[in-house]
Amino acid sequence: MSSSKKPQKTTDIHIGDAVPGCKKKDPMVVIDHVKKSFGGLTAVDVEHLEIPSGVITALIGPNGAGKTTLFNLLTGFDTPDTGNWSFMGTSLSGVPSFKVAQMGQVRTFQLTKALSLLTVTDNMKLGAKGQNGESIFRALFPGFWKKQDEEIEAKAMELLKRFKLDAKKDDFAASLSGGQRKLLEMARALMTDPTLVMLDEPMAGVNPALTQSLLDHVISLKEDGMTVLFVEHDMHMVRHIADWVVVMAEGQVVAEGPPETVMKEQAVIDAYLGAHQETDLGEVTGRINIIKGEGK
Amino acid sequence: MDWGSILNNTLAGFLTPTTIAFALAALGLAMHFGFAGLLNFGIAGFMAIGGYGYAISVLTFGFPWWLGMLVGILGSVIFALILGIPTLRLRGDYLAIATIAAAEIARLLFLTTAFTDVTGSADGLFGFNTRPDGSGFQNSNPIPAGTYGFGPFTYNEQTLWVLLFGVIVLAVAVWFLWALMRSPWGRVIKGIREDEEAVRSLGKNVFAYKLQALVIGGVFGAMGGIVYTAAQNISPGVYVTSLTFFIWTSLLLGGAATIFGPVIGAVIFWVIQAFLSNVLPELATSGILPVSTTQASTLRFVLVGIGLMLLVIYRPQGIFGDKRELTFVK
Repeated sequence: MSSSKKPQKTTDIHIGDAVPGCKKKDPMVVIDHVKKSFGGLTAVDVEHLEIPSGVITALIGPNGAGKTTLFNLLTGFDTPDTGNWSFMGTSLSGVPSFKVAQMGQVRTFQLTKALSLLTVTDNMKLGAKGQNGESIFRALFPGFWKKQDEEIEAKAMELLKRFKLDAKKDDFAASLSGGQRKLLEMARALMTDPTLVMLDEPMAGVNPALTQSLLDHVISLKEDGMTVLFVEHDMHMVRHIADWVVVMAEGQVVAEGPPETVMKEQAVIDAYLGAHQETDLGEVTGRINIIKGEGK
Repeated sequence: MDWGSILNNTLAGFLTPTTIAFALAALGLAMHFGFAGLLNFGIAGFMAIGGYGYAISVLTFGFPWWLGMLVGILGSVIFALILGIPTLRLRGDYLAIATIAAAEIARLLFLTTAFTDVTGSADGLFGFNTRPDGSGFQNSNPIPAGTYGFGPFTYNEQTLWVLLFGVIVLAVAVWFLWALMRSPWGRVIKGIREDEEAVRSLGKNVFAYKLQALVIGGVFGAMGGIVYTAAQNISPGVYVTSLTFFIWTSLLLGGAATIFGPVIGAVIFWVIQAFLSNVLPELATSGILPVSTTQASTLRFVLVGIGLMLLVIYRPQGIFGDKRELTFVK
């Protein structure tokens, strides 16, 4: 796979040493003492974390590390037991999820949530903010919203073209493939004109042919001035596009830094990426005999 | 067998106050279930509150008929809010349980002897459509006395007035639902039906939208109850849970997520009902069915149940539903 443009990495993001909870030069999200337990299990327990503005931050860690829970807390889909967090200086404690989204922080879901029995176009148009016709009294009279709706449709078409879904615009979202749904969800999120885009496993279940175009889309978000925070298990992707990596384990932030350095930390590799990251899967399971020294 | 009278009575089922009442209530369910995805099994409760609100305010408070009807509608709005605020946060199937219970509570409040002087208890209420002081619904009838129409569609001036009123109310309700569902508001509502978390993540106040949908559908249900009550006396025995299921049958027959489906569904439901209630006893009398005439006339409810089952298994999108929906039914 060859990308025509090499992604321009942003460096010089943090202040001081790149240790867990380190200060950022331009933080967008600041999290303090956020803790969430489910029964006896502490899912998230973050002392201090800053998400830098204008760059792509990856959130990685093993299954059950609390990444998705942290996502839910940040977007108001779940409420923490204690702690506070802010988005561009505004405290988000106790703010319901739809208001968080209105403030410009939009998310996608690990299990894609395409609105199945709505057309692709309607899925997109639903994303636009501040629609006059969404108030029940003005909805009755098209004079209030017709013109705005046409503008929204034009914007939706533009995005659909960019995501190569324009041929599908009149189909039900249910007829899309898994990868196309991921694209639709991302495109729909962009309809809200977000400042922070939070992607929960954007690559999960996407076939390799689509991976490259999804990657390009994520990078283009940054080029368009948006901040990206994403959860991902694919380490190649993380290395490829992330400017900053936050590693979580057992609910806590255990390491953060630029991808090249963080992924070289032995503790991170062993504990969170798996000690056998570079070994062949056949060797790990012991089911296939790998002949050493072949090929290289 | 007198096929002439069977045909006559069957055709009469096309346009009766009851058919219009069913169409209105089914339209309310279309808003709730078809568009917003709210499983409301308490539509009979909304109808009862509409009907009783009208009858009680005329009889007990001496309101003119139109004000009484507005009270019925207001009652259903309050009922929807009381029902919706605590329960709309529940998952769909729990909402269904809560609504069925709420409708039963409403019916039992109208049935209990504790309020007999206001509700008439099991006897129900009567004499509110025509008032001695001239403020009743039939007192405002502009149609001169006489018989109108032809064949099976022959009505006296009173029934014709109810039909005229009912058709106007139904037309307004159909327009209202159509205008809402083509708008961005309707888009949000349909989005909530598909996945409310996704809609929430796009910055829409899902709870407020669901509450609005519940109120609008509830008002349609109340208007159905009012049209029903404008044609006859009111009694709590009508607003039982089986009424809810008959209206569900009408809705699913026509197509849950359509505008005209519920109306056509109600018409088809009542034409079939009229046909069966005439033909089955005839069949029993002439010895073709080995049952008594009383058994034969209740047999139609068995057939309605079977029809409802076949419908949801083989054509869940209804007669007027989008064919593509069938391909993607969850």
